[in-house]
Amino acid sequence: MSTAMDVVQLSRLQFGLTAMYHFLFVPLTLGLSILLGIMESVYVMTGKEVWRQATKFWGVLFGINFAMGVATGITMEFQFGMNWAYYSHYVGDIFGAPLAIEGLMAFFLEATFVGLFFFGWDRLSKETHLGVTWLVAIGSNLSALWILIANGWMLNPVGAHFNPDTMRMEVTDFGAIIFNIVAQEKFVHTVSAGYVTGAMFVASVSAIYLLLGKHIEIARRSMTVALSFGLASALSVVVLGDASGYTATENQRMKIASVEAMWETEPPPAAFTVFGLPNQATHRTDDALRIPWVLGLITTHSLDEKVPGITELVQRNEDHILSGLLAYSALEKLRADRNDANARAQLDQYMSDIGFALLLKQFRPDIENATDAEITKAAWGTVPDVALLFWAFRIMVGLGFFFILLFGFAFYLISIGCLLRVRWLLWVLAFALPLPWIAAESGWIVAEVGRQPWVVEGVLPTFLAVSGISTSNVLVTLFGFIGFYTALLLVDIFLMIKAIRLGPGHNVPQPRARELPAASGAE
Amino acid sequence: MLDYEILRLIWWLLLGTLLIGFAIMDGFDLGAAMLLPFVARTDKERRIVLNSIGPVWEGNQVWLILGAGAIFAAWPTLYAVAFSGFYLAMFLALAALILRPVSFKFRSEIENPVWRTFWDFALFISGTVPALIFGVAVGNALRGVPFRFDDALHMTYEGDLLGLLNPFALLCGLVSCAMIVMHGGTYLALKADQPVAGRAANWARGAALILLALFIAGGLYAKFGVEGYRITSDLPHDGPSNPLLKTVARGEGALLSNFVAYPWMLIAPALVFIGALSARVFLAARRGWLAFTASAAALLGVIATAGLSAFPFLLPSSLDPNASLTVWDSSSSRSTLLFMLIAVVVFLPIVLAYTAFVYRVLRGRVTMAYVEDNSATLY
Repeated sequence: MSTAMDVVQLSRLQFGLTAMYHFLFVPLTLGLSILLGIMESVYVMTGKEVWRQATKFWGVLFGINFAMGVATGITMEFQFGMNWAYYSHYVGDIFGAPLAIEGLMAFFLEATFVGLFFFGWDRLSKETHLGVTWLVAIGSNLSALWILIANGWMLNPVGAHFNPDTMRMEVTDFGAIIFNIVAQEKFVHTVSAGYVTGAMFVASVSAIYLLLGKHIEIARRSMTVALSFGLASALSVVVLGDASGYTATENQRMKIASVEAMWETEPPPAAFTVFGLPNQATHRTDDALRIPWVLGLITTHSLDEKVPGITELVQRNEDHILSGLLAYSALEKLRADRNDANARAQLDQYMSDIGFALLLKQFRPDIENATDAEITKAAWGTVPDVALLFWAFRIMVGLGFFFILLFGFAFYLISIGCLLRVRWLLWVLAFALPLPWIAAESGWIVAEVGRQPWVVEGVLPTFLAVSGISTSNVLVTLFGFIGFYTALLLVDIFLMIKAIRLGPGHNVPQPRARELPAASGAE
Repeated sequence: MLDYEILRLIWWLLLGTLLIGFAIMDGFDLGAAMLLPFVARTDKERRIVLNSIGPVWEGNQVWLILGAGAIFAAWPTLYAVAFSGFYLAMFLALAALILRPVSFKFRSEIENPVWRTFWDFALFISGTVPALIFGVAVGNALRGVPFRFDDALHMTYEGDLLGLLNPFALLCGLVSCAMIVMHGGTYLALKADQPVAGRAANWARGAALILLALFIAGGLYAKFGVEGYRITSDLPHDGPSNPLLKTVARGEGALLSNFVAYPWMLIAPALVFIGALSARVFLAARRGWLAFTASAAALLGVIATAGLSAFPFLLPSSLDPNASLTVWDSSSSRSTLLFMLIAVVVFLPIVLAYTAFVYRVLRGRVTMAYVEDNSATLY
């Protein structure tokens, strides 16, 4: 069993790394595409050339980033089949559809028009080109919508049931999958985070130009757009990131309890732990600094509803495992005799918990014979890594509030016309550049580490979802991705910095550029 | 109303349509990248090649992404078995496909001959490797690959990368490369300025002949050297998608038996000959659009030939033939097939309409003067 677990751990590591890498580029694409649309709209409305220059300049940086986003996105789509074959078989009936529709409805739009954005300046009227720019932005955002519908279903698997004839989950209600509350909230939260990233990128680079006294005209205008857009987005990401979606399912409740390192259920309204050292072994949080009432208010929006603690949720999960075992044994009987009506009735009754029984497969294949100790262990295994979630969440939220303050203060100063004189704030803006990425990646850690031990919450444990491939194969691709991606990231950052140093104006046509000698291998 | 059997058949056709769409649309980008070192000698000539495909390859690549997504949505078991079974081959294809967008972008950012030669080579690799691997994958899919299921449908694959590189699959890989070079050549003949266009036309004419020779060799190999598969039990066309409910036997010559049973299917291989030969004629007559269309028809013929000879198999298992994946037992549920069909019917015409608009805006040749005047804004 140990090699199988190695494949699980390595596959998780590879998926996590490639997903986090992909998400270095996605938020910037989301935010910058909208900012390009805004700047070009101003150009078309005012006719001022400086806005066209600004759009083209940020467009160059957008292009470098977009290429990386596209390239790393293909990996994500292929990996479900490559590394998570049982997952693909087990939930492909549901999960494949939003991915395919993403390609059909969104990615085609984005990728087809991005070529015209760069190559169409002289071939299209001002208005048509503006339309093309907005179509790229709309395509990017729709793309995020469908991906997050797929991802939201993994967190809150609505509109599907287990089919014993095909041994997999199948769709019962597409409406429920598309309008899944968790998916919708995640969409708004994630694209808002992308807008913050785009705004911070433009604001930071503009701040550097202003500090150096270069490209003042474009930098000043870009700064105004970025700060107003950034302030609105930062408010949106915090307000709409609100934890109400976390009450949607039992496992989402487990996530919020883990994020808060709240081991025991408290009398409502629950307190919020600002600081503490969660200890997974003793089920305690040491040195906790707590604010009364706050957690209960933000998660339940009421004073008298209870927020369940980890221990209580574990006990409930133990019950789910026991009834899941009833479903599992009914399924076994049904497979021996497809016409066993009692077994079918029992399966229907306990069907929704069958995933919990599968948690026992980590201990033994014949899970009907699981011991009480194994069941308790499996139930405690439904608690994700509390300390990691606790800190990732606090980093994300802390940065979120910092963005509101920073954008808010800078926006106030630029609207009264004195931001350029407050040089320390320009320095803060410049150095804040990496922070939205840190916040976004922390957010994904909360979302996806918080989903463990499930790949689809309550339906399929992660360790069962992998492909039947060898450890060495996964090691080859894992190191392949790490090496290849690191090299590409270095080149990407180098080219970004080069484009920023050259600044706006470099990308205007230069008639009769000097000839470049023939490349050597060209005979 | 559309019943399950019809929906499965429609989705088999749509799978073919998307793969053909990928081959025709992104095939010329891959082919142009493969031809880059051979049809363009100076940096300016190379930039003509790159800017011929530069504005459109990104959209074209979505055919592949949509194709993979559609396999996931409509044929989840096929997606799971093929992508994990061909694990390292998929990784190589993936690495090549990742290299392509970055090569385009990175190459143009710095005007240094060594830098640019490096990325030109990367582009060549990024065109060649996917063309070869996808062909090899199809060859293996026709021969059968070594996988089996346990009764919970957990799949085990007992092959490795070297096992994929058998002579028949390699022959299919070469067919794929030849057709992609032909297609890329006809596109550059249509789109690029001289002298690139003339060289590309010559390459395409040669590739068309090589394609036909390899295609005939593949047919002979299939007849005498590849065991096909046939279903030997009852398999209801609207039954549950569980590939363990039937029996399958191997049989000499079974791979071509569809063409004997249904002679109209010979249209597909005939189209390869008609397409490739007329592409040669039209290239010689400098009728660029007709040559491109003829080349596209040949690609359609090659892919349809492969699909029709396998039908109703999608991916036979050489290890446990009974576990083979067929059109009738490895699809999504009826609801998903119907829902996805509606999505395709609504959105694919829109995609085709705006794609046509983009190509209209970008019509005309990429000339030497154009790339000279726009050295900072183009690739």
